[in-house]
Parts: sequence; structure tokens; C-alpha cells
Amino acid sequence: MADFWNFYAWPTIIIVLQIVAIVVPLLVAVAYLTLAERKVIGAIQLRKGPNVVGWFGLLQPFADGLKLFLKETVVPSGANRGVFIIAPMATFVLSLVGWAVIPFDAGMVLADINVGVLYLFAISSLGVYGIVMAGWASNSRYAFLGALRSAAQMVSYEVSIGFVIITVLLCVGSLNLSQIVLAQQGMWFFIPLLPMFVVFFISGLAETNRSPFDLPEGESEIVAGYMVEYSSMVFALFFLGEYANMILMSAMTCVLFLGGWLPPFDIAPFNWIPGPIWFALKIAAVLFLFLWVRATMPRYRYDQLMRLGWKVFLPLSLIWVVLTAGVLVATGWAPVTNR
Amino acid sequence: MIVEALAFYMFAAVAVASGVLVVSVRNPVHSVLFLILAFFNAAGLFVLLGAEFLAMILVVVYVGAVAVLFLFVVMMLDIDFAALRSGFIRYLPIGAMVGLVLLFELALIVGAWITAPDAASAFGAPSPDAAKIANTHALGLVLYTKYAYLFQAAGMILLVAMVGAIVLTLRDREGVRRQNIGEQVARGKRNSVEVRKVRAGSGI
Repeated sequence: MADFWNFYAWPTIIIVLQIVAIVVPLLVAVAYLTLAERKVIGAIQLRKGPNVVGWFGLLQPFADGLKLFLKETVVPSGANRGVFIIAPMATFVLSLVGWAVIPFDAGMVLADINVGVLYLFAISSLGVYGIVMAGWASNSRYAFLGALRSAAQMVSYEVSIGFVIITVLLCVGSLNLSQIVLAQQGMWFFIPLLPMFVVFFISGLAETNRSPFDLPEGESEIVAGYMVEYSSMVFALFFLGEYANMILMSAMTCVLFLGGWLPPFDIAPFNWIPGPIWFALKIAAVLFLFLWVRATMPRYRYDQLMRLGWKVFLPLSLIWVVLTAGVLVATGWAPVTNR
Repeated sequence: MIVEALAFYMFAAVAVASGVLVVSVRNPVHSVLFLILAFFNAAGLFVLLGAEFLAMILVVVYVGAVAVLFLFVVMMLDIDFAALRSGFIRYLPIGAMVGLVLLFELALIVGAWITAPDAASAFGAPSPDAAKIANTHALGLVLYTKYAYLFQAAGMILLVAMVGAIVLTLRDREGVRRQNIGEQVARGKRNSVEVRKVRAGSGI
């Protein structure tokens, strides 16, 4: 019996508590990201944004959530019931499971696996399923068009994200996310790999279906795309999933290019602040860029989106992979590790 | 140990069950979705074997790219379920034959444990010790040295397949207006606006 407690029960309880400790702040962050988005866009457009519910509009996300919770879940009669219900769940779950490998500080990570960056890449490439399933199961033209757009778009931009990740890996010599952060102690990777940082950020916008690449939703042409038949909590799951994906993508950007939990300078006033706070600040900064882009850019036309992905980013990132590898070998900076 | 065994049986059972469902469900889209479930469980089995790199590559390549395109095509098919079922009897002999051949081969593999008990020991141990080195590194050590030519050959085959697909689908149509982005960006005030004095009553 003692064995059962020591080897099975306690580890399980501890892991569940760790998961709760990650997921609860994440969901609060998602709630406030929706508010931040409306406030930031309001400020950019010289409006106030939501300011009625609670002081400074701070209770607005909860009011929205409550409203969605009390509405009726409508399943269209022509819909494929099972897939229709699974699709939003898949989107939401996939946006959460990626956080298992994100390091918040040295050693502060739920699963410190050797192939962490591949795991993240795999999870982000699965995000397309929720959308495609939703679009097909709705049995509606608009939803289907949104799903087709999304499938093509996410597969295209995944390719350049893959090459950007390879460039970073060449400089690190490990697939472990903590190792990737530690390799940036001298210099954050966005300085030597600036073009790749830009490619990654823009591909991240496309991968999370954010403006200016929000063609799968494209409310001016296909109403709300794949979400058109969804209401109430199933819609809320899509919504939460999209924003959690944005935060995950920002966290990935921070880990790969902005030095994760590391302070900008390893000197007195900066390294007093603990790592997780630096990490959160960097994520917030990248998220602000996401919102800024949404308020500034018009939506891309679909053929131009494909052109940008295949004819600009793919060759550029391929050249940078070769160039980085060449420079690392020629100068002898290539990392030698046994991991 | 118990947890590992339980995980193995769960992954294996779900993989086999979803494999059966791939061929037995009526709706092709459901088939593809079950295929994806089977891929996931195969990835889970790889993780249990300690081959986490292969597991992740399986998910990235098969689930993240191949199956998406599969689903993309199957979704767009206009499915006539009656026509789908009508061919069942006609193709049953061929299908049964393929199934029998596979079953026979499977039996041979399992039978090899009995007929040739030394076969298992003929496999080499993993060349660098799996406990000392991460399997990504271990794969790289053999893939780019011992199997470099085969690796390149695989790349060449993929390249040929890609070129073939492009040759089959690319066609030059007449009268298509194409956008030249460089030209558009290079356009300035000088070559797009012209100011003319128009005399009253004559036009340009």
C-alpha cells in the first residue's frame, strides 16, 4: 500500500496540481487578453473600449463568459452531430496541451522532454483539425469555405515555421526548450536571426488565423467562416482556443527568440525580478504586437497570402537555414553537445 | 511498470480498434478521422519504446500534413452512399485476397519466433547505448553517416514525385491576368499620373 502511495498516487496528485497551476492562470490570461484586445484597439481608434462592467471594464470578460454560458447550444439539423461537438473541444484542448513543455523558469516546467520544440510544432500543426472538422460537420457552405481556406493556409505557413525552428536548433544543438533558452544567455536569438524572427512572427499570425490572415473567419465575405453555425459554449470553446493559441504562439516566440525567462541584462536591477515575470512581460509584449497588427493591417487577399507563404517565406527561410549552417561551420561556432 | 503496461494496452487497443473502424465506417470523413486516431496511438507506442523523436515526427508529418491533405480531399468529395455500397460485393474477392495475403505474412512473422528462435538475437543492439544518448542524436549519428546515400536517395525520390505532380497539374492558360507585385510596388507618381491641359470642347 505504501508503494502505491509513493509511486503512483502522490506523483499523480502532484502532476494534476501542476497542471491546474498552469491552466488556471492561463485561462485568466485568456479572459483578460480579450479585454486587452478591445482596449488596445479602442485606444488605437481613439475610443474607450469596454468601460462599463466593473472598474475600467475589468469584469467585462466574465460578463461575456456568463452571457455565452446562459445561451442555448444549437446543433443544426443537417450537421454531423459527433464531429460538430468534438471540433471545438479539439481546438480548446490542443491550445492547452502545448503548455506542458513551456519552461517558465530554470527547471520550472511540467514535462522537460528532449524533443520539446518538436512537440510544440506538432501541437501547433494539429490546430487545423478543429477548424476543418468544424467546417465540414456544420454542413454549411460558408463554414466549409472557411475550413478549406484554413487547411491550405495553416499547412503552407507550417512549412516556413519548420525551417525557422531548424535555424534556431542549428544555433542551439538541442531540441529541449530549456536548453534553447539557456543558449541565449549571451545574446537573444532575435538579434543574429532577425529575418527569421520576422518570418516566424508573421507565420505565427497566419498559423493562429489572426488578422491580417484571418481569412478562415473573414466576416466580410464568409460571415464567420467555420464558426458560423456555432453558438453558446461551443462557440466559447473556439474563442478561448483561439486566444490561448495566440498566447502559446507568443510564448513560443519568446522561448525561441526573446530569451524565455532570461532578463535582458544579467546585472543588478534586472536579475532581481524573477524569471516567470520576465517571461510573462515578454509574452505580453508579443501579444501587444498581435493586437497592434490587427488594428493596423487590412486583410490579405487569399492568393497573396499563398504567394507570401510559398514564394517569399519558404525560399527566404531555406536560404537562412543554409546560410546559418554555413556560418556556424565556417566560424566553428556550431554547438557540440551530447544531448 | 504497471502503468507502462496499462498504457501499452490502451494505445494498442485503441490503435487496432480505430484501424478496424477506418475500413468499416460508412462515412469517408469519419474513416480519415479514425486514421488520425490510429496515427496518434502509434505515436504513443513509439513514446513507450523510448523513440520520442520518431513519435513527434509521426505526428508532425502524418497527422499534421499528410492527413490534413487527405481530409481536405475527402471532405470535398460528393459522396453517394448508395453507389458506395453497391460496389461492395464486386470488390469483395479482391479485398479478401489482399487481406488473406497480409494475414499469411503476419502469421509468418509470428511463426518466425517458433521456427527460427535465433532470429531475434540477429538484430544488433542499438549502436550507441540508448540510456547514454538522446535518440535524436543517435538517429543523426547513423542517418548522416552509414545511411547517407539511402537518405539522399529518399530525398531524390520525393523530389521526383514533387516534380511529377507539378508537371501533371501545371498548365498555361491563355488570357489569364497575373499580378506582378514588383511592378506594382515600383509604380510611382511619374508613370501612373499624367497632367494634361484639356482645351474646352475638344477632349483628349
